[in-house]
Amino acid sequence: MRRIIVCIKQVPETDKIGIKQEKGTLIRENIENIMNPYDKNALEEALIIKDKFDAEVIVITMGPPQAVDVLKEAISMGADEGVLINDEAFSGSDTLATSKVLAAAINKIADYSIIFCGQKAIDGGTAQVGPQIAELLNLPQVTNVKDIKIKGNKLEIVKATEDGAYLLETETPILLTTTTEINNPRSPTMMGINKAYGENGNKRISILSGKDLNINPKEVGLEGSPTNIYDFCMSKKSKTSEMIEGNKAKEKASILINKLSELNYI
Amino acid sequence: MNFEFNEKQKMIIKNARDLAENYLLPGVIERDETSTFPMDGYKKLGQLGFIGLPYSSEYGGSDAGYLEYVLAVEEIAKVDASLAIAYSVATSLYGGPIADYGTEEQKKKYLPPVLSGDSLGAFNLTEPNAGSDAAGVITRAEKKGDHYLLNGLKCFSTNGPLADYFFVVASTDSEQKTRGLSGFIVEKSFPGVTIGKVDNKMGIRSAQVSEVIFNDVMVPEENLILEEGKGFFLAMKALDGGRMGVAAQALGIAEGAYELARKYLMEREQFGKPLYRNQYLSFKMAELNIKIEQAKLLLYKAACDKDAGRSYTTSAAKAKYACTNLAMEVTTEAVQMHGGNGYMREYHVERMMRDAKITQIYEGTNEIQKLIVSGGLFR
Ligand SMILES: Cc1cc2nc3c(=O)[nH]c(=O)nc-3n(C[C@H](O)[C@H](O)[C@H](O)COP(=O)(O)OP(=O)(O)OC[C@H]3O[C@@H](n4cnc5c(N)ncnc54)[C@H](O)[C@@H]3O)c2cc1C
Ligand SMILES: Cc1cc2nc3c(=O)[nH]c(=O)nc-3n(C[C@H](O)[C@H](O)[C@H](O)COP(=O)(O)OP(=O)(O)OC[C@H]3O[C@@H](n4cnc5c(N)ncnc54)[C@H](O)[C@@H]3O)c2cc1C
Repeated sequence: MRRIIVCIKQVPETDKIGIKQEKGTLIRENIENIMNPYDKNALEEALIIKDKFDAEVIVITMGPPQAVDVLKEAISMGADEGVLINDEAFSGSDTLATSKVLAAAINKIADYSIIFCGQKAIDGGTAQVGPQIAELLNLPQVTNVKDIKIKGNKLEIVKATEDGAYLLETETPILLTTTTEINNPRSPTMMGINKAYGENGNKRISILSGKDLNINPKEVGLEGSPTNIYDFCMSKKSKTSEMIEGNKAKEKASILINKLSELNYI
Repeated sequence: MNFEFNEKQKMIIKNARDLAENYLLPGVIERDETSTFPMDGYKKLGQLGFIGLPYSSEYGGSDAGYLEYVLAVEEIAKVDASLAIAYSVATSLYGGPIADYGTEEQKKKYLPPVLSGDSLGAFNLTEPNAGSDAAGVITRAEKKGDHYLLNGLKCFSTNGPLADYFFVVASTDSEQKTRGLSGFIVEKSFPGVTIGKVDNKMGIRSAQVSEVIFNDVMVPEENLILEEGKGFFLAMKALDGGRMGVAAQALGIAEGAYELARKYLMEREQFGKPLYRNQYLSFKMAELNIKIEQAKLLLYKAACDKDAGRSYTTSAAKAKYACTNLAMEVTTEAVQMHGGNGYMREYHVERMMRDAKITQIYEGTNEIQKLIVSGGLFR
């Protein structure tokens, strides 16, 4: 294991975002930006490998200048270096454009054994970015990984599925996305915090622009994004209730079972 | 003057808050009921580098300052005031005299095990007849060749039952009062050290407080800090720092209770509207909000005084006085605003009210804080 790259997205703390019921708009005041919680599992897995095999862990994020916060947090947890990918031209990027930029940056960093992404982002939540990066880089990928064992050049991977799991053997370089069951992300230590925020902290961060990555501005940002959001609205929650009539409990239960299977709930 | 935290301080606050909310909040009510100390939580504080915040990494510290330390205690106390005081006693009262006045050997030997969270440290000044007036200390340390023979009983020792190391103030010269006191580092493993009665307390119930008894304990002379006669000075210096820890604990309790009350006032409806829509209650909250900010500024100022190398005895006394009285007021109001629910265990605020009371008493009662502040007024 040489170098591990972890893709980290900065997201608004969505569980604290309120919604103005009348207008369906978001209440964004006092909402802090945080490291995408799913990406902490990705980072933790990279750090576990680092602890065992002395690999180098580089974290990357595409975002506005303040996204450097998640890089510093990652360094506080134990990552070695951070790369902020920032350019006016990137704003408005959809998942495809985001993946192109991240793939270009990963190409430039080079020499990696594993690329980790989180399972999904808590805001956009498409879970597309990881797989798209793998396609763009022509790499094998395994999504929803819940266990990794490293055996020489080979990885033994358990991939979670809805009703079970696959046990897979793969080689590096590879892109993996992690589940939340794979590990318990560690907290930053003061030693890490001093590393990230001390005098030499900024030396651990580099910044890449579109030009550094030879990206054609037309292929990213709003212009390079095939997805368009036309509108969004609140999902309507409605409650109705129905009393089941019947003489005996057994009779009522069988009516209930019929209803539930009619609705495809069981 | 700059009232913004830097990025590193923000990260420390966030880290302490995450630890408090994710790790300490679960079980805090049960720990209070069963008087169970959160040893895992304490060890975690050590592993993450919180206990050693104000000390040098040469001795297992984290190379930050007192401001960072009080910010961390404040966050922990919002959730678990018992762990907050155990933390503060280890850092300020045990660690302070060694870090500030110990020899290189003392620092190398006695700071790392406590700052790492592997062991607890305690501070033993108080005795049955020596509380506010330390001159009453009768624990004796008698010089015998290359060691001292320690005999006596200390009471109200926070962390006492759990500690591996104690800072002990004892008399080396019974002819003198406070000038006859000396400060020693004593290990639990020294033969003759035993734990007496463990106290059954009103609040901070999961913190462990007890008597510590010394019976012909041989303390090597190299465990004397500074020279004989400096014990009172060392204890007062340690308490100047410790009072900021207590103030931070109290401020955290106040903020924790305030936040619970704020949420409750928004959720609970009576007379067809949420409680906060009663101006009496929202004005009360505005008052508490203002008082919290006042107390906070006094505390941060005291910590900045220490970090900048200025005298901090009176600023720490002011901070302790303001923050601890605040804790009592805010928690009492928070229980009131919760109505009957506030009197019940599961709503947290009754515990916070019980926890708040001790902050006005230990590390110098608030009357003693006024003694300190008034002492400088009429010169
Ligand atoms: C409110 C809102 C407005 C939006 N507006 C637009 C718009 O106007 N036009 C448009 O085209 N798209 C828009 N998007 C989509 C936005 O581009 C996507 O959020 C982004 O491309 C990432 O996709 P995702 O959030 O689904 O991430 P996912 O695919 O769910 O993320 C999976 C993993 O990929 C990695 N990852 C994702 N993003 C990054 C990143 N930036 N840096 C590093 N790693 C990353 C992380 O490891 C993450 O765990 C909007 C999204 C939101 C929430
Ligand atoms: C839970 C707990 C934990 C403690 N932890 C520790 C510890 O770790 N280490 C340690 O050494 N001690 C500890 N103490 C002791 C604590 O610091 C003392 O209890 C405190 O200083 C008060 O001393 P006292 O109890 O003897 O009260 P007293 O000194 O007897 O005071 C009684 C009352 O008289 C008032 N009073 C006294 N003198 C004056 C005066 N001159 N003017 C005006 N009013 C005055 C006091 O303010 C108080 O209200 C702890 C105590 C408790 C309860």
